[in-house]
Amino acid sequence: MSVAVVLPGYLRPFADGRDRIVLDAQPATVGDALNALWKSYPGIRDRVVTEQGAVRPHVNIFLGPESIRFTGGLGTAMTGSDELLILPAVSGG
Amino acid sequence: MPPRPTRIRPKAPDVLLLVGTSKGVFLVHGSGGRRRWQVSGPHAAGHTVYAVAFDQRAGWHRIWASASSMHWGAVLQHSDDFGATWTVPEEATLKFPAESGLSLKNIWQIEPGAADAPNQLYAGVEPACLFESRDNGASWSPVAGLLAHPHRPKWMPGGGGLCLHTIVRHPTSKSRMWVAISTAGVYRTDDGGRSWQPRNVGVRAEFLPDKYPEFGQCVHKIAMHSSRPDTLYLQNHWGLYRSDDGGDNWKDVANGVPSDFGFPIVADPNKPDTAYIIPLESDMFRVVPDAKLRVYRTTNGGKRWQALSKGLPQEAAYETILRDGFSADALNPTGLYFGTRNGRLYGSRDGGASWIQIAGGLPGIVCVKAYALGGGNGKPAAKKAAARKRPAARRPAARKAGGATRKAARGARGRR
Repeated sequence: MSVAVVLPGYLRPFADGRDRIVLDAQPATVGDALNALWKSYPGIRDRVVTEQGAVRPHVNIFLGPESIRFTGGLGTAMTGSDELLILPAVSGG
Repeated sequence: MPPRPTRIRPKAPDVLLLVGTSKGVFLVHGSGGRRRWQVSGPHAAGHTVYAVAFDQRAGWHRIWASASSMHWGAVLQHSDDFGATWTVPEEATLKFPAESGLSLKNIWQIEPGAADAPNQLYAGVEPACLFESRDNGASWSPVAGLLAHPHRPKWMPGGGGLCLHTIVRHPTSKSRMWVAISTAGVYRTDDGGRSWQPRNVGVRAEFLPDKYPEFGQCVHKIAMHSSRPDTLYLQNHWGLYRSDDGGDNWKDVANGVPSDFGFPIVADPNKPDTAYIIPLESDMFRVVPDAKLRVYRTTNGGKRWQALSKGLPQEAAYETILRDGFSADALNPTGLYFGTRNGRLYGSRDGGASWIQIAGGLPGIVCVKAYALGGGNGKPAAKKAAARKRPAARRPAARKAGGATRKAARGARGRR
């Protein structure tokens, strides 16, 4: 099983320009997967979550097709061969 | 991709304007006795830049900018080469401690420390707190006396959020400093930040049942003249005030202004009794009165305010100037600069007597800070360069758009 995280353009400079990171970990939850991500790429962390560890309100994280906001947040269980997608919300201007 | 910004290379006695907008920061270089202007930007394109600063201590030329993204948060970035390159920290440097339960929403102000402490910086943030760095911005800590202030649970956010937007350092005493918070009011420390006392006596809170509370005022900006640090000017959410005792007491000085509502107030760096404001119609209609863009100046500490409009549009000017959108350089005569939410940047090199439009078509301007390269401090502007006549074709069109200003009457409208 492998877990990949797909990054939007804004975050790629903090991941050596890469748009897809395959984690060298077996995370049990989305939170575990993200912790593994910013262990390798610490610049991503503060842009995705606040200093209190909450996902920023205008950032969406999808596990497969589902936003984790509706599946248990960072505690959402990882299953099988998963892909995490980090996207800016449609808000902005 | 935004265009690569033009390179600028200002040197003394030029002027550098840092113009923070809703889409990035623009560096505006004034040369030739403040007659020629070159715009470089946007830098940090796509970010809202609420706070900027230029640090010339210890021979540096360091530009600080808070780059805020609705999606990705706010970080402080800096450039040591006038924007040719920027250092963006990988990890955010301003963070609230876990036990506070607070999360940084925005960085509203950056203030270099004293000249003899060149590694010291201050930042005002939302939610309201003061941060201090003692290693030139590499790391920051919240000032505990404000973070744990007993009034904090009763502070309420204003329209821009609960922000500490103004930092005024005492020019000689390291123990004394003022901050302004919307909506909490003015707080002063006399022990280097360990404790903070509200300093709002005489300042009205129109929106509260108790109109003169100990704290809770919506102070929009305070300004001090460095040669007379006990004299402070205050632009309130309704109300214009002066204090002659370091903020212990405030008295109403809204004499001859069309409205005492507005955001910025600027103390003239060369004249302690001179200050400038740009009134707005009201809190329900936040544009300049009568759609006439006018700066008001007092030369006697607020006993009287006079409209300055030469070169500024006097019809259909539905302009708003925010709390940090107005600034002065330290040259003599004083240079004044302000930016509007409609993206127009105006400047005066004669203390407000006449104005030109320096730039237009910028994104909405959030903040403007002016700096004389080399420090200024009353130095004359480059006389030789100023004497050179500028080609007429290069004069901004707005310069020709001067017009008479009707005499403002106190209490005519909006006055409370």
